[in-house]
Amino acid sequence: MLNLVALILLFPLIGTAINGLIGKRLRKETVGYVACGAVALSFLISILVFIGLLLLPPDARLFEKQLFTWIESGSFKSAAGLQVDPLSSLMILIVTGVGFLIHIYSIGYMHHDKGYHRYFCYLNLFTFSMLLLVLSNNFLLMFIGWEAVGLCSYLLIGFWFEKKSASNAAKKAFVVNRIGDFGFALAIMLIFLTFHSIDFTEVFSAASKGNFAVGSFSVTIITLLLFMGATGKSAQIPLYTWLPDALEGPTPVSALIHAATMVTAGVYMIARCNVLYMLSPFTMTVVASVGAVTALFAASIGLVQNDIKRVLAYSTISQLGYMFVACGVGAFTAGIFHLMTHAFFKALLFLGSGSVIHAMSGEQDMRKMGGLRHHIPTTYKTFLVGTVAIAGIPPFAGFFSKDEILLESLVRGNFFYWAIGALAAFFTAFYMFRLLFMTFHGKSRVDHHAAEHLHESPKNMTLPLTVLAGLSVVGGFLGIPGASAISNFLAPVFGEHGHTEISGAEAGGHHSAYLPYLMMVVSTAIAIAGIYLAYQMYIKKPEIPKKLAERFHLIYKLLLNKYYVDEIYDALFVNPIKKGSVQLWKQVDVRMIDGSVNGIARLVGRFGNALRYLQTGYVRNYAFYIVVGCICILVFAVLGR
Amino acid sequence: MITITHYLVLSAILFTLGVVGVLVRRNAIIIFMCIELMLNAVNLSFVAFAHYLNSMQGQLFVFFTMTVAAAEAAVGLAIIVAVFRNKETVNIDDINIMKW
Repeated sequence: MLNLVALILLFPLIGTAINGLIGKRLRKETVGYVACGAVALSFLISILVFIGLLLLPPDARLFEKQLFTWIESGSFKSAAGLQVDPLSSLMILIVTGVGFLIHIYSIGYMHHDKGYHRYFCYLNLFTFSMLLLVLSNNFLLMFIGWEAVGLCSYLLIGFWFEKKSASNAAKKAFVVNRIGDFGFALAIMLIFLTFHSIDFTEVFSAASKGNFAVGSFSVTIITLLLFMGATGKSAQIPLYTWLPDALEGPTPVSALIHAATMVTAGVYMIARCNVLYMLSPFTMTVVASVGAVTALFAASIGLVQNDIKRVLAYSTISQLGYMFVACGVGAFTAGIFHLMTHAFFKALLFLGSGSVIHAMSGEQDMRKMGGLRHHIPTTYKTFLVGTVAIAGIPPFAGFFSKDEILLESLVRGNFFYWAIGALAAFFTAFYMFRLLFMTFHGKSRVDHHAAEHLHESPKNMTLPLTVLAGLSVVGGFLGIPGASAISNFLAPVFGEHGHTEISGAEAGGHHSAYLPYLMMVVSTAIAIAGIYLAYQMYIKKPEIPKKLAERFHLIYKLLLNKYYVDEIYDALFVNPIKKGSVQLWKQVDVRMIDGSVNGIARLVGRFGNALRYLQTGYVRNYAFYIVVGCICILVFAVLGR
Repeated sequence: MITITHYLVLSAILFTLGVVGVLVRRNAIIIFMCIELMLNAVNLSFVAFAHYLNSMQGQLFVFFTMTVAAAEAAVGLAIIVAVFRNKETVNIDDINIMKW
């Protein structure tokens, strides 16, 4: 069954080809069936591969399939090969599974769009790229997937490119990602220089054999550069700015980017390179710190945003921060676990918000919503599940993964990671329920025009919501502390360092055995406190937020304007580079390059203009020149001897 | 005694006469005759060398040159007639449209 793995990649690619080449001539239904069918087949084969992997004994769960030799140049060798191990098999299940639901949802959501076939072509290509990224067995092929994901995000964020803001957001996402990718590319070169190979298996086995001292310089640089790539793709400080703008694309695309593909790539890559990261304590500290700061930073911005999708975007950045904290303290299992549960509930929340926007005829401002729960009950119910899950209320999915990260950050990291994480968790619960209350509860603030058109979304949109809601409820049970299926499953990839068993906490010395249970109570309490505060502020006494905003005017403005990071980046980097580019264009390109080329042409022209007067039209003159020439040659021949 | 030098000097003089004629005369027919003169000057040196070197090749070349010259004369005269019919003149100063 494992041999089928190449088919997982093939189907979305075929879907892309069909919709891209002849999609225009196909009927809309056919386009939808082709795209969804391709991903559905991929999903089925992913399940088969997953089962095939489960049938193997845990230690032998690594399957490599060499497709062909790709590059062979001197000592550099790169094969195009696929790798199936617990980590990548879990990822393909998430990508194809959640991706499939988003595809189905898109059929309903994009129904009226004139770029229907183009949309599905890109969507399939996106799935293919992400699958290539997670399935590749070497860094270079992974990089191809990595870049293709960036390209697809560009195409899809700028899907409505007639809108200036959408095309700008697409460019921003692309350029910001390039900065990170630059680090990734450098890292690959360094890896080849250091390990003389770019194959995962060879690099990691060389690294784990102890040839490299812990904290050695080259490994630290490599991991830092890899992390630079991860900050770009996974939207961490300082390269997170593209993600909030990315919601200019269609809402299902946001769901795909935020949940199943793209942003998870960075976390996956770090988890994949866990052997390297474990060799560099310094990088681990950087990863955990950046993750923690990002988690809190983004969560605080999310507190005051009024655009429903924008709140979710900052929430994604914040949740990704959690995953990086987990990776940074060495709890890769917890990071991947949170990646999975996050994929469920964030896809659910984004698709739910898409359903809300659909019902509101395109309105995204929460101040113009309210009381929607009676009008769109299915969306409300599923959205509620997602909100509870992300807030971290047991027994929903988000609780287990977030709790595990907080526990690990306390046990393996230090108190600060935990404190920041806990504060961010409080913020998360608050802003998510603020969103829920403002959108679905309270008095309706919908204007008349939109109110007339309020309607529940069609079946093909609510069905994915229901499925995802179900996953958000049960997804967490895979990682129940003490009997965690997911950590057992991932153990071959992450080795001993991937997960702390409860007994491991005891071995830590001063931590007592009941710490995990205490932590559960604490994190639940934090979540409930956040929810209660949101309830007080947005249901009971809706006038409080306004008063608070006036009272803490400066802080409110700072948060509302996202700490002015975009403006600071504009002033520090974007505008100087733009000005420099304009100068380069005007001085170097127009003046020097074009000038020299045109100058040479003009010079030749003038020379020819002067010489053409030799052409008198009198054959006699030409004969004269010939004679003169002959005489010259003769004289030369005679004298030259 | 008439040596090869005499023949060659005569040939050179005839050739130069031809060249000068081509360069200075205006009448196309005269120019044409001057070209024939140049050809025959070369023929003379061919024959002289053939005699001097006891080789028949020079003589052979002369036959070819004369044949080509005859053909060329026919074509050249035809062109001159055609030009005359068009421009009513054979003065080459009036035939100067092949220029910038």
